[in-house]
Amino acid sequence: MTTIIPFGPQHPVLPEPVSLKLEIDNDVVVGVLPSLGYVHRGLEKFIDTKDYNQTLYICERICGICSALHGVTYARAVEKLFDVEVPERAQYLRVIWGELNRIHSHLLWLGLFADGFGFESLFYECWKYRESVLDIMEMTVGNRVIHSMAKVGGTSKDLSKEHIDLILKTLDTLEPKIKDIEKVFVNNYTVKKRLVGLATMSKQLAYEAGTAGPTLRGSGNAIDVRETEDWDIYRDLDFKPVVEKDGDCYARTKVRIGELYESIKLVRNAISKLPNGEIAVPIKGSPTGEAIMRCEMPRGEVVYYVKGKGTKNLERLKIRTPTFANIPSLLLTLPGAKLADVPIIVLTIDPCISCTER
Amino acid sequence: MSLAKSPWIIHVNCNSCNGCDIEVVACLTPLYDAERFGLLNIGTPKQADIMVVTGSVNYKSVNVLKNIYNQIPDPKVVLAVGACASTGGIFHDCYNVIGGVDQIIPVDAYVPGCCPKPEAIIDGVVAALSILENKKKGNIRGKEVKLKGKEVASNA
Ligand code: SF4
Repeated sequence: MTTIIPFGPQHPVLPEPVSLKLEIDNDVVVGVLPSLGYVHRGLEKFIDTKDYNQTLYICERICGICSALHGVTYARAVEKLFDVEVPERAQYLRVIWGELNRIHSHLLWLGLFADGFGFESLFYECWKYRESVLDIMEMTVGNRVIHSMAKVGGTSKDLSKEHIDLILKTLDTLEPKIKDIEKVFVNNYTVKKRLVGLATMSKQLAYEAGTAGPTLRGSGNAIDVRETEDWDIYRDLDFKPVVEKDGDCYARTKVRIGELYESIKLVRNAISKLPNGEIAVPIKGSPTGEAIMRCEMPRGEVVYYVKGKGTKNLERLKIRTPTFANIPSLLLTLPGAKLADVPIIVLTIDPCISCTER
Repeated sequence: MSLAKSPWIIHVNCNSCNGCDIEVVACLTPLYDAERFGLLNIGTPKQADIMVVTGSVNYKSVNVLKNIYNQIPDPKVVLAVGACASTGGIFHDCYNVIGGVDQIIPVDAYVPGCCPKPEAIIDGVVAALSILENKKKGNIRGKEVKLKGKEVASNA
């Protein structure tokens, strides 16, 4: 006989409300029924009443964790409608802030994940180091979490000489700290005991389930939009996707740690190549036509579809977020797992419910 | 006095964009270290004194919110963190958003900002502490918020 156990919407390990109805047979999960909608605000309809510049601020508030990249992706999509070329300096600035955003997001996740398996001091450690990235954000764009640095046509903020020195200095101190954290995540006996071999997805399965981001790359698929999409900048910056073969929770953790180093490298390279010049071009008129834009968020690939109808406000904005692509993988990996492992498996896709439900 | 020296908080994410949530969690981590005020973040409403709500209320989360509020023992204080929780914020016009938290349950203190800085949130919690102490002295009880029968069982 099976029992139904509700997981969420209010649950200690979940920062966000999502509800999973778990069908349990003797401590083992046999079925999962997710129920979404606790964070649905209706943003895709909401933009009807806003013009395309205001919509950017709404897009940034889809998710407070990856807000910088939401703003950048939206701006790039609308720029595609207008067919304008953004100044090179602005493109580099977007990459710098975008990658800093990824560092803060991954450190945040590592912390929450450590808390999820009961390693509280490691959680505090990760969040302590994350603060140094937020300090950079506060210094350079004026806010810790919602950055509002992108705008249609370029960026609204610029980096001064002092800012750049601060960023480089912070990264120099951050990198050895990440090495310390990495040692614990990779070598610690209890951590390994919890993660190795848990919720394994084969390369084929992860691909066919349509997963995205570290969940996909943790299973050996070298797919990263930063490499495949035609955003030329990343090619100049010597970017390589981080891939692990095993496909379990341990591998997905290692991918995220590897991406921290990769992002630090990208920020350094972008700063060393940062050209001088304008940071934005003026944009006139109203958008028409349709465009699709993709971007690699900390949690995976996001797809923006925008359609203009010749007025100031867009006719349609559609967003496919990475967590939406990753939730089906939970339905594949949770059955067969122990009830006690459910929080870890749910956390390992780095769920961002406010993105998914908008 | 003892209550105000060691209040336990429960964090409820109602309909927020995560921005405010991560700042609430950041308050508890070493740099801001709200635990020096005796605060403890706790998962269950039955042991909590201060309810920290982030995000506006929507038609699905409204019953979760009421349910959690009713389960917190008296005296209790509700702290609305962020523009969304205070008024509905940038999303107040959305079709699925009812509005600020105070439309549903009584709110004692507000922290403005989108999103507020951890310093501001801690300030709000400290303000909530004195309210909590006053409520205890005056023996002020929170009103039971009515739930809409069936939906509760299936949603929360
Ligand atoms: S107030 Fe701002 S940061 Fe906070 S939940 Fe609302 S939109 Fe997000």
